Amino acid sequence: MATNNNNYIGELVGQYGRSRTSLIPILQGVIEKNNFISDLDMTEIAKELDLSAAQVYGTATFYAFLETQPRGQFVIRICKTITCDMHGKKTIVQTIEDMLKIKVGETTPNKKFTLLETNCLGWCHEGPAMLINEKPYSGLTPEKVHDILREYMHK
Amino acid sequence: MSDTKLKRVDLIFGEYSNVKYKVLADTIKLPNDKILEDLLESGLRGRGGAGFPTAMKWKYTAQAPGDEKYVVCNADEGEPGTFKDREILTRVPRKVFSGMAICGKVIGAKKGFIYLRGEYKFLLPELLRELEGYHENAKSIGLDFSIEIRLGSGAYICGEESALFESMEGNRGEPRNKPPYPTTFGYLGKPTVINNVETFVNIMMIMRLGPIQFKMLGTTDSRGSKVFSVSGDTPIAGIYELELGMPLDRFVDEFGDGDTKAVQVGGASGFCVPRKKFKDTVIGFEGVPTGGSMMLFNSSRSMYNVLHNYLEFFEEESCGQCTPCRVGCQQLRKGIEAVKKGDKKSQYLEQLMKLSESMKLTAKCGLGQSVANSFSSIVYNFKEEMIY
Repeated sequence: MATNNNNYIGELVGQYGRSRTSLIPILQGVIEKNNFISDLDMTEIAKELDLSAAQVYGTATFYAFLETQPRGQFVIRICKTITCDMHGKKTIVQTIEDMLKIKVGETTPNKKFTLLETNCLGWCHEGPAMLINEKPYSGLTPEKVHDILREYMHK
Repeated sequence: MSDTKLKRVDLIFGEYSNVKYKVLADTIKLPNDKILEDLLESGLRGRGGAGFPTAMKWKYTAQAPGDEKYVVCNADEGEPGTFKDREILTRVPRKVFSGMAICGKVIGAKKGFIYLRGEYKFLLPELLRELEGYHENAKSIGLDFSIEIRLGSGAYICGEESALFESMEGNRGEPRNKPPYPTTFGYLGKPTVINNVETFVNIMMIMRLGPIQFKMLGTTDSRGSKVFSVSGDTPIAGIYELELGMPLDRFVDEFGDGDTKAVQVGGASGFCVPRKKFKDTVIGFEGVPTGGSMMLFNSSRSMYNVLHNYLEFFEEESCGQCTPCRVGCQQLRKGIEAVKKGDKKSQYLEQLMKLSESMKLTAKCGLGQSVANSFSSIVYNFKEEMIY
């Protein structure tokens, strides 16, 4: 069986422990590092925590933010819930799609950006809103989105 | 004009006392019975939406057998239109920690957790800094109660208390059967008090002001003030602390844009109130309850689109564990699409209403049960918009 070159799983296990309650913090740690959890990661975590791979897979795939598909370095999540939708979410999605030349659900070829839609982010009073990784941006306009993305393009 | 204005309250976001954690230090000197008595007297009901009497929850957990007990703060705020917990945790986190610590003392728990939704991860560094200060102060006043933060990962259902415990335990966030209730079987199967962020702040308010003054706000059934998250078609969207028990027409006078046709009270899982009923609707446990979400819609909005958006939300956020919710949410969405397209006759809406009623009766948890709230209130009041 192939093994991971990186020892980050071991580090995370060292940090959070081997009990079942550590599973989600460990999975979140993998996301923070790689932006997604690979099959190999999941089997390794299962081994470390003495769980079946199916249990780890079952937990990981339940949560929207625990991505099990490869994602870009910056994951953009646009809120699609009602007030953001009412206040121009579609224009924002269009702006980003045009800028990055990808559709919702896709990742740019250089693996830098992934564009996703998500449910209520809790910025209903300042919609439309989005998250880039964990950072929230609200009160979006096409101009504002241009500036924000341009900044990330240079990161 | 000013006398018709709704009474603004500034207690929840009120400034901290000059001495750090003073109310906490004063309160832990009181006997547990006195704290519970004050809480009961205050009439405080949980601020997450369901409105369970807080004193009873604490009392049952305190009485539950076992030495290992937990306090959990539910900060998995995910109801569409709600953003008050984020504001509370940003502006007055110490009040939340203190409320949890008092709960720990009363029920005999040494450990508390804040389950913070993944979407609010950006709050984490500041909260951890504040927690350091809390732990130092707790130590100096001889209080053995520590608080840890756990992050969610983008699942609305984890706001349901038993799903939240499952998630904290490393499992899929699937709600448990009830009973047993968290008061006897919560996190790790131990007696647990789980309260909303705002509820813990209310505890501090009651401890500081006393139950009598707290009770002076609100109505018999809905004591105290409440943080409202106001959004949608309003010129003044934002966070407002208002008295409970206000009539909806006065709320609309103050927050509407002059063209309000409906207000969704309590988020996607709450009720839609049409203009003609504003006058007879009271916001509170005796009328339409809310966890704080108030979304206003003006006449330019299609209520079909609003309902469709809610149904998509529920369809995605349903945990899929029980059939009524998993299949019901899909069928409701497909059903209104079919009626709109003319593939089904308008009478089909009656059948969908029945389906939503069945979900109310048979779904395992509050998510599936509450879909009927928005579904029937929107379809019933805006039927023509569903068809044409």
